[in-house]
Amino acid sequence: MARGTFKGGIHPYEGKELTKDKPIKSVLPKGDLVYPLSQHIGAPAKAIVAVGDHVLTGQKIAEANGFVSAPIYSTVSGTVVAIEPRRLATGAMCESIIVENDEQYEEVRFRPRKRYDEMTAEDKIEAVREAGVVGMGGAGFPTAVKFSPKEPDKIDYVIANCSECEPYLTSDYRRMIEEPELLLEGLKIAVSIFPNARGILAIEDNKPDAIKIFKDLTKDEENISVKAVKTKYPEGAERMLIYAVTGREINSSMLPADAGCIVDNVDTLCAVCRAVKEGRPLMERIVTITGDAVNNPRNYKVRIGTSYAQLLDDAGGFRKEPAKIISGGPMMGFAIFDLDVPTTKTASALTCLTKDAVSQFEPSACINCARCVEVCPERLIPKNLADAVEHNDEKKFLHLYGMECCECGCCSYICPARRQLTQLIKGMRKIQLANRKK
Amino acid sequence: MGKLRNVSSNPHVRSSVTTQNIMVWVLIALLPATGYGIYNFGVYTIFLIGVSIASCVASEIISAMVLRKPITIGDFTAVVTGLLLALNLPPAAPLWVPVLGGVFAIVMVKQLFGGVGQNFMNPALGARCFLMISFPAIMTNFNCDTYSGATPLFNLKNSIQVDIMDMIIGRTSGTIGETSMICIVIGALILFAVGVIDYVIPFSYIVSFVVFIGLFGEYKFNWGYISAHLAGGGLMLGAFFMATDYVTCPITPKGRYIYGIILGILTGMFRIFGANAEGVSYAIIIGNLLVPLIEKVTIPKAFGIRKKAKKEAMKA
Repeated sequence: MARGTFKGGIHPYEGKELTKDKPIKSVLPKGDLVYPLSQHIGAPAKAIVAVGDHVLTGQKIAEANGFVSAPIYSTVSGTVVAIEPRRLATGAMCESIIVENDEQYEEVRFRPRKRYDEMTAEDKIEAVREAGVVGMGGAGFPTAVKFSPKEPDKIDYVIANCSECEPYLTSDYRRMIEEPELLLEGLKIAVSIFPNARGILAIEDNKPDAIKIFKDLTKDEENISVKAVKTKYPEGAERMLIYAVTGREINSSMLPADAGCIVDNVDTLCAVCRAVKEGRPLMERIVTITGDAVNNPRNYKVRIGTSYAQLLDDAGGFRKEPAKIISGGPMMGFAIFDLDVPTTKTASALTCLTKDAVSQFEPSACINCARCVEVCPERLIPKNLADAVEHNDEKKFLHLYGMECCECGCCSYICPARRQLTQLIKGMRKIQLANRKK
Repeated sequence: MGKLRNVSSNPHVRSSVTTQNIMVWVLIALLPATGYGIYNFGVYTIFLIGVSIASCVASEIISAMVLRKPITIGDFTAVVTGLLLALNLPPAAPLWVPVLGGVFAIVMVKQLFGGVGQNFMNPALGARCFLMISFPAIMTNFNCDTYSGATPLFNLKNSIQVDIMDMIIGRTSGTIGETSMICIVIGALILFAVGVIDYVIPFSYIVSFVVFIGLFGEYKFNWGYISAHLAGGGLMLGAFFMATDYVTCPITPKGRYIYGIILGILTGMFRIFGANAEGVSYAIIIGNLLVPLIEKVTIPKAFGIRKKAKKEAMKA
C-alpha cells in the first residue's frame, strides 16, 4: 500500500531557500502581452478577435478548437495589434495574439453560471472548460477533460499535487502558505464532481509548515486528508505520486483515472475554484523568478502573457552574468536563449543559473555503473535504452520499455560519465510518437 | 535580441559524481590493503606495485595513440587496474611479470575491445589468469623474505591446521593484497559509505559461497572451517573489489543477485573440487562472461507494467 514514496529518484540541490520565505508579489504588465494559441496539450485554440479589435480584461480572445483544447482570455484591456508567430519557451514558433495594454484594466463582469449549491457535476465541469483551465504544473492537459473520465463513480481519489519536487520552485509552496483556503476550496469542488471520491493533499515533507496548515484546516473534514510524502525528485510526477499516495501503479498508456485517481496541481485547483465559484477565467498564475544569477529572487502573481523579461526586471535583473536561463526548473524546464518569451498557463518559473552544468563536461564512455538503473523511477535501464538509440535500434528500444520513460532526467543527472541519457531517450520517444500518429 | 545563451535538453543540473572521482575512491579504499601488503611482505612489493601501475598507464597511452583514440588516463581506470593487478601478484614475482600483465590487461582485455567500459572481463583478473596459465611456477610461488611455505588455503585443502586470527589480520603468505581480511573490509566499508558499490553482489556472493561450502565442503557447516575459507585466499578482495567492477557486472537489479550466486557457487566448486586451492579469479572471469546473458534474461518490468499489459505496451 501507500508508503509515501517510490523506488528510485534523486536528491538534487533544492535551491528553494532563495525564494521560499518571500511573499508573492503582484505585478501589472507593461507593454504588449503575448498569448500563444497553444498553451495546452491538444488542438491549438482558434482566435476569435481580429487585429484592431478592442478587448477587455477577461474577454475570450480564442476559443477551444475541439474536445481536447482550451479557450484563452485576455488578461489586460487594450487593442489587438497583431496575430503572428512568436517564440515559445520550448523554442518552437507558435501563432500568438498580441494585445497592446492600455493600462486601464477594464474588466468584463464575471458571473458564475449558477448559484454554487445548485450546480451539478456537469455544470462544474462546464465552468472549468469555459474558463480555459489546464494542468498548470507543466503538462497543460485541459482540466475539464481530466474531470470527465468514462466512469466518474470509479474515481476514488482526487489528489492535490502539492509536492513541488522540482528544485528551486516555490510557487506552489507560497500559494499553499498564503491562500490555503482557495486551494482547499478548489480541491473540494473537484472532489464533489465524483460521487465516490475523497481528496488528498500530497505534500512533500520538506514543507512542514504547509503540512501543518492543511492538517489544521482539514481536521473537521471527513472527505479530505493530508498525506506527507517523502522529499525526493520526481515525487510530483503523476505516476510516482499516485503510487506514493495510493500504492497503485499505472503505465504510460494508462490515465490516472484507470487507477481511480485524478491528480491536479496547486495552481490548477485554485483556478478551478475561481472558475466555478466566480465564473472567472484562468488569467493569472504564480511564477518563481529565481537562480543564483538573479538579484532579488522571489515569486510573482503574474497575468498570463507578461514577458519573462519584465518579471526579471522587477526582480532586480541579473546579479551576475547567467550562463543558462531556464523556463521552469532545472530538471524539467526548457533552456531559453533569450528572455523575450511570454509566460503561459504552464510557466512555473524562470531559473537563471550562473553555471551551466551541461556544457561544463564532455560526455565520456559509459562505465556501466548502474546508477541510472538505481535512480530510474520507471524501473528502466536508461543505459541500454540510450545504447539502443545510438544504434538506432527501435525494436530493442521498445523491448526495453523505452516508451515508459517519463523524461524526468534522473539518469542524466546521476550519470558519472555525463552521458545525455534523457536526451537520447526523449528523442527516440518523440520519433516513436510521431510514427504512431501517422 | 541580446546575447544568446546556452540551450540544451533537460535536465540542466548534474550530480557531482564523475567517473574520475569514483576511481579515486576505489584507490583510496584499496590503500589499507596495499599498505598492509607492503608492511607484510617488504619493500620489494613497492616496486611491483609501481611497475604494475606504470605498465598499465603506459600501455593505455601507447595503445590509444596507436589506435588513434582519445587518451583516457585522466579517469584513473588504468591506475585502478594496475593496482588491482599488483595486489594479485605473489610478493616475490620478478619485475617483468607486472610489465607483461599490465600490457595484457590494458591492450588485450580493455583497449582492443573498445576501451573504458567495453572490456568483457575484469582486466586485472584477465591478466592474472593469463599469467597463472603461462607462468604457473612463478605465480604460485608464495615464498618470500617473510614467509616460506604454503598459503592457508593450500593447507586448508590438505587438512593442515590453520590459524584463523592470523588469516583475519593477514599474517600469512599469499598475494600482496589478499591476505588481510580486516584491511579489505575497511576498504569495502569506505566504498559502501560513499556509495561507490552496493551490497547486493558481495553479499549474495559470500552468502552463496558459505552455503555451498557448508553443503559440499569437507567439514560441512563447521564455522571455523567456513571462516577460514572466507578469510583465506582472494575471496574478500574478489567479492568487494573485483566482482563489483562496474563494467563487468550486470546492471539489472535481479541480475546482480544471480551474478553473485553464480560466483559463490563457482568459487566453492573450484576450491573444493578443483585441482588448485584457489578459485576466485576463475570464478569471477567466468561470471564476467555470463553477464550479457544474465542481463538479457533479467530485464526488469517497467513501472506499472503487469504481465498482461506487457504485450499491449509492446504493441503500442
